[in-house]
Order: sequence, then C-alpha cells, then structure tokens
Amino acid sequence: MGNSVTAVDATALKAEFPLLATPRPDGRTLHYLDSAATSQKPQAVLDAMDAYYCETNANVHRGVYEMAAEATDRFEAGRTAAARLVNHPREGLVLAKNATEAINLVAWAWGTRTLREGDEILVTGMEHHSDIVPWQIVATITGAKVVFAPITPGGELDMDALQGLITERTRLVGVVHASNVLGTINPVAEIVTMAHAVGALALVDATQSVPHMPVDATAIDADFLVFTGHKLCGPTGIGCLAGRPSVLEAIEPFLGGGEMINDVTTEGSTWAEIPLKFEAGTPPIAEAVGLAAAIEFLEGIGLDRIRAHERELCVQMLAALDEVPGLTVLGPRDPDRRGAAFSWVMDDLHPHDIAQFLDSKNICVRAGHHCAKPLMRVLGTQATTRASGYLYTTEEDVLALRDALIECRSWFGVG
Amino acid sequence: MGGLDDLYQQLILDHYRNRRGRGRIDHASASVHEHNPVCGDECYLDILVLDDRLVEVRSDGDGCSISQAAASMLTEVAEGKRLEEALETVEHFRLMMHGEVEPDEDVLGDAIALEGVAKYPVRVKCALLSWLALRDAIAGYRETTAHGG
Repeated sequence: MGNSVTAVDATALKAEFPLLATPRPDGRTLHYLDSAATSQKPQAVLDAMDAYYCETNANVHRGVYEMAAEATDRFEAGRTAAARLVNHPREGLVLAKNATEAINLVAWAWGTRTLREGDEILVTGMEHHSDIVPWQIVATITGAKVVFAPITPGGELDMDALQGLITERTRLVGVVHASNVLGTINPVAEIVTMAHAVGALALVDATQSVPHMPVDATAIDADFLVFTGHKLCGPTGIGCLAGRPSVLEAIEPFLGGGEMINDVTTEGSTWAEIPLKFEAGTPPIAEAVGLAAAIEFLEGIGLDRIRAHERELCVQMLAALDEVPGLTVLGPRDPDRRGAAFSWVMDDLHPHDIAQFLDSKNICVRAGHHCAKPLMRVLGTQATTRASGYLYTTEEDVLALRDALIECRSWFGVG
Repeated sequence: MGGLDDLYQQLILDHYRNRRGRGRIDHASASVHEHNPVCGDECYLDILVLDDRLVEVRSDGDGCSISQAAASMLTEVAEGKRLEEALETVEHFRLMMHGEVEPDEDVLGDAIALEGVAKYPVRVKCALLSWLALRDAIAGYRETTAHGG
C-alpha cells in the first residue's frame, strides 16, 4: 500500500466477538470463514440492542412521552451512522429490511412506473440474484429487457463490452461493487459515469464492499447505493438505500402504510418527506440501534485498517490455496483488485463434500451457487466452495483451511 | 470424525467412485431432468418400461458424492421392479430421509447406507434428487400411456 496503514490485530479482535471467543462445545477452535454470508457480532452491538430493549423500547416518530422521543433518537442515530459511513446526505438514507429489499424498492417504486417496452436494464454477469431477479420481475411487467454485461475469463468485468452495451435504450445500470463469489472489486465510479453519459440511472450493490473498505457514496455518485447491516457486524433485518435525494423525491413510494404519509383522507393520501416516504410501518428499531453500534465499532478500528488487513489476508489466502493440489481459485489474483471472498473448484471433489469435510474440522465455509447462478454458468461450473474473511480472520484460520483441504483430498481418495 | 464417518459410509464412497447405472437410454419410456436449487447439481433419469416393469434405469449428471451414490444405488435397486413396487421403494427411501421410518434393508438394498444423511438437512436434497426423479419419470410414463401413448 502506498500509505502506511497499520493492519488490525485480528487475534485480539476475536475477543470482542462472543461467538468467536467462546470455545466450541467440543473444545476445538472455530474457524469462521463465511463472513460474506453474514458477519459475527461484537459484544458492543449486542449490548446496544439489549440496552435499547431494556431502557427505551417504544415506537418511534409518534409518542409524545420522553421515552418514545429517546427511542426515536436512538433509531435515527442508526440512519445518521449509516449516512456517515458512506459519506451520503442523511435525507437520502432509507432504512429497509436488507439490501435485497432496497433494490426491490428501486425496481418497484421507480422501475414499474417508468420502464417501457424497448427500455433496457443493464446488469453485470457477476451480480447477486438480488440485483437480477427484481429487474426480471419488473421487465415482465413493463416489457423492458434485462441485458447482461459479460465478464472476462479472469473474473473481471469486460469494460469495453460494458461500454458497448450502454446505449440510448439503457435506463439503469446495476453493478456490484465487490463480487460475493469472485471477490472482484469493480470500478463502479467509472461505470456510474458511463451510465450518466447516456442519461441512465446507476445502482451500485455495495453489500460486499461497505463492510470491508472505505466507500464514499458521494464520490461514486450512483443514484442508488445499497448495503446491509448484518454483513458489517450489525444485526439482520436492516439494510440501507443511499439514494440521490432529488431522485428519491421524484419517485413514488414503494410500500404504503403508516409512517410514510403526510395526510390520509378517504379521497387519497399524500406522502411524507424523504426518507420517511419509503419507510412504511414500524421500522426495525432495535436493528437500527445495533447498526449504529456496529458502524461505531468499525469506525473505531478504521475502515482503511480493515481493508489493509484484508489485503494481507488476500496474500495469505492465495498462497495457502496454491499449496492445495488440484485446486483452482476463481477471480483476480491481485490483492488490490479483490476483496476477501475466495471461491475455488477442486478436481474430482464436489463443493458439498468439501464443505462437509471442512465442517468436521470446525471450519465454516459456503458451498453452492452463492445466489449467482448466471455467473456460475459463465464460470462453467454449478457450484464452488467459498471461504470469506473479515477483520477477525487470522492467518491461523487460513492455515487451518489449507491443511484441511489437503487432508480432504486423501480422505475422499482423490490423491 | 464420528459424524463424518457416519455420513460417508464406505458403501457410499464405493458407489461414488464406481458409479453403477450411469448413462442415458436411447429410446427411453420416460426421461426426467431435475436440478438441486441449493447447489445447482443436475440429474438426468431415464427409464425403460416393459410389461409394467422397469427393465432399465439409467442416471446421468454431476454432483456431490451423496447425490452420485444415491443415484447409483437407485439404479441397482429399482431395475427389475414393477412400477408400483418401485414407487413404494422410493417412498420408503423418502421417509427414511425425513427420519420417519425404520429403514428396511430388504427394500432399500445398498441405499440403506444413506440413512445417516437424514441428520444433515441440506444434504437430504442431494440424496433425494434422483429418487424423486424416478417417481416423476414413472408418473410421466403413466400419463403418456394413459393418453394413448
């Protein structure tokens, strides 16, 4: 790295995560390598959510009593923290159930009311299903078409092909910031500029980047940028849509109900100001409190230091996986172009069998298509095995994985 | 490693490494193509029926050791059975996978070795893939013959 950022002490950090710090029932060490699916939670997050329920549980935005005002403050602090984390204006930060719901919000609120036959939604070949399926549903309703930008054999976006597919028909470009399968980090700011050049909107799925590196939504300049709480040390049940305020103001609501209205009469309703216009019903209050605590926890360590740690992890992991016979790592090998999710295929061994064997060694990995079936087809496989690290992942975890993978081959009798 | 050895009995690994009944049937009475939504594994199953009896059962496709062994065992146990008897065998296997029956080796043959899979809910789908394909293939065959096929 050009600047000298001291990496985090992952071993010391494990102590802050009760699940990682507590010995397993069999006394062995757990090697949790599935943080791309969900991260573990530090004590600070659990305490904050407990404190909310024990001290100030009340519904938000309506109660006159002091405790309700306190609940509202703690809930809104979650929004403030999320906006700060990605350097985005607070009024453009919509709280949703998860990143998937945030994308569905855009697809339904904007897409169904705007798209017409002949319009195109361009997504990349390495999108998660959450940035494919909502557009396919909307395309069925509107007659618009979903177009896929190809990826190179090395697991990166083919930028020339992408540029060629962005035309006057393109109404929105959806791109994942960091691939949950390949680890590839995409040049999203450049792609957003390409989308805007033809008057299209841009959506960035930052689910796998925001937890792991500094992400500046203002610099990326997407119209919509989504991420989720549970992958950044926060609880499940809360996700974020960082939308351009002027765009959010121009589009109609997604879900209707309490909270999101200005006035309701028997003749019709008018909408609350953004972001509340998009937050129908009682929101995930304790989850917002947990989200704020998680973000403060990450900021206390420093996102640049977490990124430096994971860059080092990339070097260790690639070296370790290279030592396993018959194993092919997918995606970029340059640690500056990838995050800490590593997928691989192994000769004569199926991902389910690998993951099952690793489980017997207390190593948690993911096996399957990782909700990216179009990508699997491009890669010429049906499933991969994936190990994904985070700020608490140590070299010991990496070496345990390497040793178990080597042993796995002989156990199944494939050399 | 007790758990792992329970799951991967030698008989399973043997069927996985030396798969029986693999392939396709050129003029099959019925063919089914299934896939496992969890991992994307695909399974082709062809049957040849003569006088209400499964004279040939072939399965193809790639997958994990559990799915491959289950398909291998299925072709062995199903071949030669009357359709109704084959369906009863599939149902017995399905109930075993859900822990709802005391498995009978006389019915299941080698497939009794898959009993331990019931403890791993995600892997149950792997084991059931080819077996439920046989159920669908028989249903498909009956539908075509009922319609004058």
